[in-house]
Amino acid sequence: MSYRSNADLGGSVEHGAIIQEPEGELFHAPWEPRVLALTLAMTATGMWNLDMNRAARETLADYRKLSYYEIWLAALEKLLADSGVLQESANPPPRVLRAELVAATLARGTPFERAPARAARFAVGDKVRTRADQPAHHTRLPGYARGKIGAVTRVHGVHVFADTNASGLGECPQWLYTIAFDERELWGDDSAQRSIVSVDAWEPYLEPA
Amino acid sequence: MRDGDHEHHAEHQASAVSPLELRVRALETVLTQKGYVDPKALDALIDAYQTKIGPRNGARVVARSWCDPEFRRWLLEDATAAIASLGFSGRQGEHLVAVENTEDVHNLVVCTLCSCYPWAVLGLPPTWYKSAPYRARAVKDPRGVLREFGIELPESVRIRIWDSTAEVRYLVVPRRPAGTQHLSESDLAALVTRDSMIGTGLARAPA
Repeated sequence: MSYRSNADLGGSVEHGAIIQEPEGELFHAPWEPRVLALTLAMTATGMWNLDMNRAARETLADYRKLSYYEIWLAALEKLLADSGVLQESANPPPRVLRAELVAATLARGTPFERAPARAARFAVGDKVRTRADQPAHHTRLPGYARGKIGAVTRVHGVHVFADTNASGLGECPQWLYTIAFDERELWGDDSAQRSIVSVDAWEPYLEPA
Repeated sequence: MRDGDHEHHAEHQASAVSPLELRVRALETVLTQKGYVDPKALDALIDAYQTKIGPRNGARVVARSWCDPEFRRWLLEDATAAIASLGFSGRQGEHLVAVENTEDVHNLVVCTLCSCYPWAVLGLPPTWYKSAPYRARAVKDPRGVLREFGIELPESVRIRIWDSTAEVRYLVVPRRPAGTQHLSESDLAALVTRDSMIGTGLARAPA
């Protein structure tokens, strides 16, 4: 089965300008806030999770042509179609987000940390090499950081694993680390930004280096 | 199209409803009829991000850290707990890390894979943060990106880029501007811009 993300943009050639925007300018059409709210409310029903949302968005064939909220809308339509919600015989939702629960629901969020079942494989300071392969499913290791050597700079505890959670295979919680790379490891010896880039990577993305 | 022009344009188009608007209305109608969404909850969600959850929350966190060394230590050690003590928590802020700019290090936050952003303290991300040019270039050409925002950092400053690839969300604590010793915490918060908490800006100098 092939899986292609159209959203993995780090380090790619993009000539467009970065158009600045004043604080407080949140939407650019009246339908945008409705799409935002519909997306949040449908995720709150529990019929799918955040990682499934991301997978639905990044696999849209026309991802690069769409505006941000057009992406959200198209992904929401895709998830609804896949789940059969719009059909006559659809089951009632597991939960419905009621207006009076919105403030508490947002304030609680959806914590992703879980109790560890075993010790962490890596510690701060360890050198690691990231996986080089491109898995055939949703994943959160960006292309530019695959097959690279970096150092563990933070250990975040055990978090829900995006790869399995997006695929409906369960949370399979894994240790999560911040891995920092020297710019030359990522972009070659000519890179002279005086920069360090980090990603947050789950343990299955890593091996000792 | 992103400023006054846009509104002007929208006024002219007021009578004609766009196909996108129709698509969204149709979706909202069918989901409401089937009992999946409560339209009042949609209104409440939008209101929360328009009036309650935005970058002024993060600015309060930063101003407190400038004024209170004990809070600053806590923020850098356990941002989620320190920030919750000011009443900010939850969606897209469940696991927060605060990273502090210094004389030697400038932090910059990006999400190259989508648009992960610390909603609980900064609200909804600006359009440019979600755009391809920012996501593509922030990791590879951070000095070029900063220049586009009008910031030229000395060569001696190392740039530390945080790509938000999991559910940890990063808040940049900008440097406190000089000449602000006499300012109150709320006056200080007014100097803390949204962009300064992403790393594409600096805190404003006092007037």
